[in-house]
Amino acid sequence: MSPVPANQTTKSGFSRRGFLQVGASVTGGFLLGFSLPAGSRLSAQTAAPAIPDARLNAWIHIAPDDQITFMIHKSEMGQGTVTSLSQLLADELECDWGKFRTEFPPVDRAFGPMQGVVGSQSIRTSWIPLRRAGATAREMLIQAAAQTWGVDKSQCRAQSGVVINTATKASLSYGKLAGAAAKLPVPANVALKDPSQYRYIGKSLKRLDTAGKVNGSTQFGIDARLPGLVYAAVARCPVVGGKVVSFDDKRARAFPGVKQIVPISSGVAVVANNTWSAIQASRLLDIKWDEGPNAAVNTPAITKMFADKTLTPGTLCKKVGDVDAGLKSAAQKVEAVYQAPFLAHAPMEPLNCTADVRPNECHIWASTQMQTVVLGTAVQLTGLKPEQIHVHSMYMGGGFGRRATGDFISDAVEISKAIGVPVKATWSREDDIQHDRYRPAALARFSAGLDTDGWPVAWMNRFACPSIQKSSSGQDPRNGLDSTSTEGLDDLEYDIPNFQAEYHWTETGIPVHYWRAVGFTQNTFFAESFLDELAAAGKKDPVELRRRLLAKSPRLLHVLELAAEKSGWGQPLPTGHSHGVAAVFNVGTYSAQVAEISISSGKVRVHRVVAAVDCGHVVNPAIVQQQIRSAIVYGLTAALKGEITLDKGRVQQTNFHQYDMLRIDEMPVVDVYIVPSTESPGGIGEAGVPAIAPAVCNAVFAATGKRIRQLPIRPDQLA
Amino acid sequence: MASIQFNLNGKPHSADDAIPEMPLLWYLRDSLGMTGTKFGCGMALCGACTVHVNGQSVRACVTPVSSLAGKNVTTIEGLSPDSSHPVQKAWTELDVPQCGYCQSGQIMTAAALLAKKTQPTDADIDEVMRGNICRCGTYQDIRAAIHRAAGILGGKA
Repeated sequence: MSPVPANQTTKSGFSRRGFLQVGASVTGGFLLGFSLPAGSRLSAQTAAPAIPDARLNAWIHIAPDDQITFMIHKSEMGQGTVTSLSQLLADELECDWGKFRTEFPPVDRAFGPMQGVVGSQSIRTSWIPLRRAGATAREMLIQAAAQTWGVDKSQCRAQSGVVINTATKASLSYGKLAGAAAKLPVPANVALKDPSQYRYIGKSLKRLDTAGKVNGSTQFGIDARLPGLVYAAVARCPVVGGKVVSFDDKRARAFPGVKQIVPISSGVAVVANNTWSAIQASRLLDIKWDEGPNAAVNTPAITKMFADKTLTPGTLCKKVGDVDAGLKSAAQKVEAVYQAPFLAHAPMEPLNCTADVRPNECHIWASTQMQTVVLGTAVQLTGLKPEQIHVHSMYMGGGFGRRATGDFISDAVEISKAIGVPVKATWSREDDIQHDRYRPAALARFSAGLDTDGWPVAWMNRFACPSIQKSSSGQDPRNGLDSTSTEGLDDLEYDIPNFQAEYHWTETGIPVHYWRAVGFTQNTFFAESFLDELAAAGKKDPVELRRRLLAKSPRLLHVLELAAEKSGWGQPLPTGHSHGVAAVFNVGTYSAQVAEISISSGKVRVHRVVAAVDCGHVVNPAIVQQQIRSAIVYGLTAALKGEITLDKGRVQQTNFHQYDMLRIDEMPVVDVYIVPSTESPGGIGEAGVPAIAPAVCNAVFAATGKRIRQLPIRPDQLA
Repeated sequence: MASIQFNLNGKPHSADDAIPEMPLLWYLRDSLGMTGTKFGCGMALCGACTVHVNGQSVRACVTPVSSLAGKNVTTIEGLSPDSSHPVQKAWTELDVPQCGYCQSGQIMTAAALLAKKTQPTDADIDEVMRGNICRCGTYQDIRAAIHRAAGILGGKA
């Protein structure tokens, strides 16, 4: 992706000023979807935007009064994009930190064919384009200054938002130059700074989005407000995939505040003058359901299907050497079966969307990870053209993959289209837990062989798991393989001479989706736990075994060594405490974790986690640390508590009392060590998730000799 | 519909056409447009909707408007006019929030704790704050920020 020419308009033709005007007409003066760092000039902007900002490229707009606006095309769900992307832009643009505002832009092809935040991609895909956008804009401003003064541009220097004539010491601000600069041809191949010249990149600058989050003013999707807004909730079939046959809405209509009942594709919607009435009344609808093909789905049957399938050969993911011969000649054989449950995402902000569908345009306010999906969903449902759909991105109260779907968008769009007024449709927490698109359940069957010295010589693995690709896009896995479901098992960083992995694409009827760290979330638990079994069987220290097998993966070896050293691996621990280790390469990042645990009253207590991470060049170390801590809590919640089960096609958990989250009193101390690196950046949002479950379970084995082969960890597995 | 009088963020408020059973959470958000208080679970399980009623932290999602007659209600919008409450200062100093959605509730619970115990121990923090879920896992920072806020209250700059 390269910066678009300065004079190119967005595909939707919907500039920021355009949005301000439309926004004013739609919202009656409320401004929505804006990210406003402290000290922004919101009031000035609302007053009279007379001259449009000069658009130097898709990311950098500069007003005549020197206000710089950065378009943050990677929306914010806590992962720090507002801050870290600004660091990339500001460093090369040469403007002062904090002397700019940020905004979430509309859908624009300049931001790529799939505008969104998934796969820990934000820094990886922005690292070059955003620095280049900053540098290119800076060069255009310098060129404009040189032309104004009639001097060669080599005589001009950009610094702190002004261009300086080094001979005369005259200066012109970016705001004064931006109009002329935007008309210049876009220079190609502008040189990027040498890292030694970075002012912001690599520094733990404070987050730009904190102020609004400590006083309640940050606008999440659920906070969208419009004149004439009505509120909706949807009664959905308790069986996933079921449909409405008929309904009686007499009791629902009688509930105070209820305005209308609207059947839509996801169920029956109640429209009210407040969200509470809509949710309460939706529970009073008497609906006859056609439960559809999933009416008999239950968890034990799914587990049995996985277990049976893995007794037969699957689709080959990878083969090295001759695993059969390796197993046959092995001095010792180890076998095990592992399994993991479905999991809900449960972001703190329940799913919601506000839509205003009109005959010739549609505005959508949403906390979304996938602007392009929102746009596509609205085009499909309204029949309007893409340029008539306006997606206003809001801050997200968590995403974790859940907000990369269109299902929560369609509710609001369908209802607004049906009743002709703006609608906010909010999912209850029960809707969220029971109608998620889940982290897939999976099962893996392993056999391995050790030589006479106890080192692994053969690794055979057959595993079964639904295809995330099939569920999310409808496309069959190519040749029966789907990397989003197989990653973490289809290949290993460890060098084992005879290796074979086979995948069984196995559908269950239950929709599945990307869940923070995706396939690695279950597969790394399987692989790193089974590897620990091999260490125990071969009488090797778990770190020593990994060290030997990682001779050809120096960066993973380095983080393993670092985590071992910083955790005091092998040193005495307090009585009753034990260590477990796991390592993984995912989202372009190498990480290793050592968990220190103890067990009391049938519960695992995680005291401390030492995480070592090599994510290449770091843009903001403090945010990397936050993300690793965050990912560890996410993965630890799953390891200790997370389980979605089904009976008669119904999800059996409803709210946090049945699908609980890690709480502050269960939080371990997490120490994060970042490896200094000048390699290209890796991802970070998902990097810390996969290793924590196996690290904890391996520590349980060290403490008890009990091997945890099924998550979540239960008291009876510890006794 | 009924008229219910209470103090909201220090000012007299008359909820004239409120549905009496409506939880305060939704009255604040949908009737008054005060969106700082967040919906998380609707069952007092997550703490995202925490506000103060007569100085006590309560879950607004299960607090009917009718129960508030004559009481003092404080929301995140009224905790301080300028984010100058020691808890907000500490939260800002330590950059606690990630996604930020649960933080109004975290801050309100922490502020009520510090109003009772100006120098809380880790055990005090656990006991009170375990009712507030943070899915981003900012717990380590929340704990540090509560201790920092206690320091600010105790006069440490």
